[in-house]
Amino acid sequence: MEEYLILMRLDLLTREAQPSPEQLQVYMKMYNDWVGGIAAQDKFVGGKGLSTEGKVIKPNNVVTDGPFVEIKESLAGFIMIKAKDFDDALAIAKECPILKGEGNSVEVRKVINK
Amino acid sequence: MPELIPHLFRTEYRKIVAVLCKHFGFRQIEIAEDIASDTFLVASQTWGIEGVPKNPTAWLHNVAKNKAINHLQRNALFENKISEQLKDNQDEVYEDDIDLSPLHINDSQLQMMFAVCHPSIPTEAQVGLCLRILCGFGIEEIADAFLSNKETINKRLFRAKEKLREENIPIELPNAFQIEERLQPVLTTIYLLFNEGYYSVSQNTPLKKDLCLEAIRLCTMLVENTLTNKPQANALLALMCFHISRFDARMNESGELVLYEEQDINLWNPDWISKGGYFLHCAASGDQISKYHLEAGIAYWHTQKNDSTEKWDNILQLYNQLLQIEYSPIAALNRTYALSKARGNEAAITEAEKLQLTNNFFYYLLLGELYAGINNEISKLHFDKALMLAKTPVDRQAVQKKVDAHFNN
Repeated sequence: MEEYLILMRLDLLTREAQPSPEQLQVYMKMYNDWVGGIAAQDKFVGGKGLSTEGKVIKPNNVVTDGPFVEIKESLAGFIMIKAKDFDDALAIAKECPILKGEGNSVEVRKVINK
Repeated sequence: MPELIPHLFRTEYRKIVAVLCKHFGFRQIEIAEDIASDTFLVASQTWGIEGVPKNPTAWLHNVAKNKAINHLQRNALFENKISEQLKDNQDEVYEDDIDLSPLHINDSQLQMMFAVCHPSIPTEAQVGLCLRILCGFGIEEIADAFLSNKETINKRLFRAKEKLREENIPIELPNAFQIEERLQPVLTTIYLLFNEGYYSVSQNTPLKKDLCLEAIRLCTMLVENTLTNKPQANALLALMCFHISRFDARMNESGELVLYEEQDINLWNPDWISKGGYFLHCAASGDQISKYHLEAGIAYWHTQKNDSTEKWDNILQLYNQLLQIEYSPIAALNRTYALSKARGNEAAITEAEKLQLTNNFFYYLLLGELYAGINNEISKLHFDKALMLAKTPVDRQAVQKKVDAHFNN
């Protein structure tokens, strides 16, 4: 088994894009079912959701709320998984419920274990 | 009288051993056990002739105390004779040294629990030692509980005691800084002890229930002490209370396992359920969620007989979390079952097929169940696979029941 990092990005900044508390509860359940399904295959290594609080620091001590001006996606969470190969990791990542939201994205990166 | 002595043996033997061991140290654990056994031998002889004393417990404690003092004095005398040097620091043995007061008994047992569950003692030996020293179980009973024989258990206990001596493990409570860490193996052992009783295939039902009750007793000692009254200990206690509430409903008259859905709810014990609720509430302090918290939460929802979306949704979420802390095939299968109840069979089939637990009897039992009514051909194939993997008559019976329920009506 190889290890992969799954990074989840979504818009945490635009006020109108934020879910209501009820919606959030539904989203969290979908998210937990997804992670639970990974763990049930004994492929969950670790990872956490992230608070919406965050800053991005750039050279010359420039501190901003988001990564880029034109893109509003922030890192919302990350998990580490075990997978047979990249395709397996990709198949798992594709089911991430965050992808149901327009403009959101999931990035899969293989971890170098040497 | 015939019932009195075995009963007292169960409750008093462990107290005498704990106090004497605390006094002598593990170096002389066999002597502590011998003195305790001798005490009961004297009791059965004397009480048979003179009748049972007014306060049998006090009588036993007194005899044990005198035997211990005699032993110490004889030892001191012997050592002084052979070694002149010892003359100067000759320990006088006072009666108060052997303290069999309830408080000291409790303290000694609690300290003994931490000593026996020391990280350097193998887990298997810990459970055996607990049963012998802390629960006063006979070798035969332990052998029965482990589906083993007396010889094997004797050997295992002998090695475990050797280890206690070799490692020079002190009989004391860890300090406040170490308590969280040292509590873990204690909780694990109690949990194993309980499971040994709850899930054992042994046919001896009263013995199995005794094992469960002993685990609950030991855990109760932990929550009654300020130092060890931690959220995790409360969570474990809650979990065991919820489980044992169904003990009588889980077995029919011929000792066969009754599945959860088929249990007579009138046999569920409401006192245990409310005790579980109390300790689960106590477990809710602090900010750590342990596997015991999650399992207690799952067990709580199982005490609610009525199926509701809320119930299964909660169970599913708890299994989702539990699996992230600790994977086990059975938790993965239970999670998938909860998923079928909360999100429907189609969703559960997709998830179940990812598990690929192809050597697991329960895997095929679950798949057969999920496919029934959706694709009966595939369902039957899975039930056939389950039959092939079934190891016991009980397993085969479980499959047959499902097949009958789905296809032979």
